[in-house]
Amino acid sequence: MTELLGDGMARIDMGGVSKAISVALVENVAVGDFVVVHVGYALSKIDAEEAERTLALLREAASMETP
Amino acid sequence: MKYVDEYRDPELAKGVAATIAAEVDAARGYRFMEFCGGHTHAISRYGVEDMLPRNVAMIHGPGCPVCVLPVGRIDDAIRLASDPRVTLCTYADLMRVPASRGASLLKARAAGADIRMVYSTLDALRIAEAEPEREVVFLAIGFETTTPPTALAIKQAKAKALRNFSVFCNHVLTPVAMRAILAGESDEATALDGIVGPAHVSTVIGARPYEFVANEYGKPVVISGFEPLDVMQSILMLVRQINEGRCAVENQYVRAVTRDGNARAQREMDEVFELQESFEWRGLGMVPYSALRLAEAFAAFDAEKRFGIHTVAAADNPACECGAILRGAKKPTDCRLFGTLCSPETPMGSCMVSSEGSCAAHYAYGRFRDRSRARMERAAS
Repeated sequence: MTELLGDGMARIDMGGVSKAISVALVENVAVGDFVVVHVGYALSKIDAEEAERTLALLREAASMETP
Repeated sequence: MKYVDEYRDPELAKGVAATIAAEVDAARGYRFMEFCGGHTHAISRYGVEDMLPRNVAMIHGPGCPVCVLPVGRIDDAIRLASDPRVTLCTYADLMRVPASRGASLLKARAAGADIRMVYSTLDALRIAEAEPEREVVFLAIGFETTTPPTALAIKQAKAKALRNFSVFCNHVLTPVAMRAILAGESDEATALDGIVGPAHVSTVIGARPYEFVANEYGKPVVISGFEPLDVMQSILMLVRQINEGRCAVENQYVRAVTRDGNARAQREMDEVFELQESFEWRGLGMVPYSALRLAEAFAAFDAEKRFGIHTVAAADNPACECGAILRGAKKPTDCRLFGTLCSPETPMGSCMVSSEGSCAAHYAYGRFRDRSRARMERAAS
């Protein structure tokens, strides 16, 4: 999320594409947050710590069978 | 893009695939349904099935909004759009869904109907505001991901006293459809062993609504993100539950999904919508309490009331296997129309239309895999 536009709207950067979306369905969003967007609405914030934990689990699962 | 690219790392995928292969029990099969069309697309696009052992089968589920909308409701939408007062706003992937007698929204538009593709309910609202002389109807479809956006649009229309905006509501409920699939299982041999639970739907409803699958049907559910590594990790989690004799709702997509989901979105849905007694699904037939309609307080924005819509059930093309495919009973290649009379350019059934549809996904990616697999097997024999 790159900018809060007021009135429940925000500007996001989607891999280089800038778009105005609604953030009226999520609470406490701030510039710099990553959000899951569906049909022009943010549905959920990405939890950075949980994302890192998932990646750690993936690395662990991936290394089990490699010698 | 952050939180996307990491979950597409091919080296990690190979490692996870090796672990799955090492942990599966060769003496048994594993049949997992990915409920959601977003997963169907990801599995086909990234060749996830190619990385799985042969005794792990992915069955495609009914979680594709465009696919499950029955012909009768598309007929209604076309009738609505042919009213010269009406501007019908729709998500783009509905445009080519086949209706009765070879009709579609795309053909209706070519014939002069005012049908506009929108990205968001906000676009439909803007059109209604900008063109007060038009009756703007939003054709609302989808599961719990698109429902809160529709709810907000209806509330905004009410707040702005927009008299020329209404919604033709076809919103449906994921857990109810999941129950219909499980309740309809009759054959041990084709019964599912576990379910890959939806990503975006679960950000809204949370993990809790799937608990009946474990408690009542004794099958594990793993809620999964949409990237290929998410899906592979979820499959590994399902395999482990089964091997350990457990069944629980587990959440792989913890970076976006909580047990209780998005309370604000749930509140908006509860306020604006109420349950319909029954709704027809392509493939599942009439399913009790599986869909939503506008609540009494918002009845003024209900297009079905405003335009007196009375849905008449209509049959699919009799040769089309979309129904059985949506129940997970058949594969796209089991349909004799697949890839011949039915292709994404000239779809005969809804599953060939949306990129989330099983047939479209298999046509775009899987059929090449089938060919190369057959070639490899010929070469090996």
